[in-house]
Amino acid sequence: MSQPLRILYCHCAYAQVVPPETKAAVLRKLAESGVAFDAVADLCEMSAKRDPSLKQLAGGPVKIAACYPRAVRWLFNAAEAPLPDNGVEICNMRTESAEQVISALLEGQEVSS
Amino acid sequence: MKPAATAPIFRIALYEAAGSQPLNTSDRADLLSALLEKGYAITCIRPGRAVTNSISEGRLLVLGRFDEQKPAEAEDQGGAVKLHFRDIRELDVPKIVQLVDQVRGELRAPEPRSWKPWFPVIDYGRCTNCMQCLSFCLFDVYGVSTEGKIRVQKAQNCKTDCPACSRVCPEVAILFPKYKSGPINGDEVKQEDLQREKMKVDISALLGGDIYSALRQRSEQAKQRFSKERDEKRALEERKKCLAKLQEALDIPPEVMNALPSAEQIQAKTAAAMANSSD
Repeated sequence: MSQPLRILYCHCAYAQVVPPETKAAVLRKLAESGVAFDAVADLCEMSAKRDPSLKQLAGGPVKIAACYPRAVRWLFNAAEAPLPDNGVEICNMRTESAEQVISALLEGQEVSS
Repeated sequence: MKPAATAPIFRIALYEAAGSQPLNTSDRADLLSALLEKGYAITCIRPGRAVTNSISEGRLLVLGRFDEQKPAEAEDQGGAVKLHFRDIRELDVPKIVQLVDQVRGELRAPEPRSWKPWFPVIDYGRCTNCMQCLSFCLFDVYGVSTEGKIRVQKAQNCKTDCPACSRVCPEVAILFPKYKSGPINGDEVKQEDLQREKMKVDISALLGGDIYSALRQRSEQAKQRFSKERDEKRALEERKKCLAKLQEALDIPPEVMNALPSAEQIQAKTAAAMANSSD
């Protein structure tokens, strides 16, 4: 049986590198959408602590709203939870607009109106 | 503060599926934002998503506006996840955050936001295992695996906002995801980045191949020169100028510059790491 798609949102809570308005808009839209998702304070922190839940997140198809895809992939790798080559979509909140990110995250999802 | 590598996992599940009334959208967004700002991780459970998918081990605080009274505690089937149910029906957002803090305290889970996660991340797709980072880092962040591969061994030793090791990496293989600019922040590496990084390494090569040996040589030359001239003030100025150039070129924070160990200590550390890896 195939695993369901997960959505992961990183709040990058310990730095000011992601525009706050982008983070706020993406989180708000996700909260309004009615979809299940995981929201973490900071992926870097989880990677440094080798948080075992990263393995769960990397265990199947996942859409991630965080920062640069190269950074996100190697952060997972550093936590011994490498992301699979297929079924992973990483949206960069440092460079993309909130609309672009949310549209990619919710594409194909059943969203409550 | 060091990251608690072995501390139990504490996670929050906001349960809004069968047997629970959903929050209004505004409260949900405000609650998530408040908890994330405090450093918590939350799984939003909706119909079709199992609570136990949130984590594979640790403590899971399940918040919900439950239709029926829940037991305060339960275990998942394997016993690896302990569930703690709390009803939030009568609580506003600040009170829920307060409740989360209280339960975390009772469960003796570590306080979030106790460490700013600043540390290098190696892009093994680019790394050539040249060990320049290990030789260069002053704080034992890097080590060598039993397979002889460079690795980040003590992330907590890294000095916040110091990206110096990534500056000396000839392959631009060291990332600091929270760094202000690319390619160190994980942005794609462009040809001009490689050229720029190569130039930096070449500067170090021009100084004599090993920046520490260059600094040592320079210091000895200065000693000789100034011992003749007996001008300690000038020697100090020269040293300051040299360190300022290094600090500017590599974007090293002043507190890191003030904590420089000796070249001998650094060389001994590199030799020890290499020896340990071959044991």
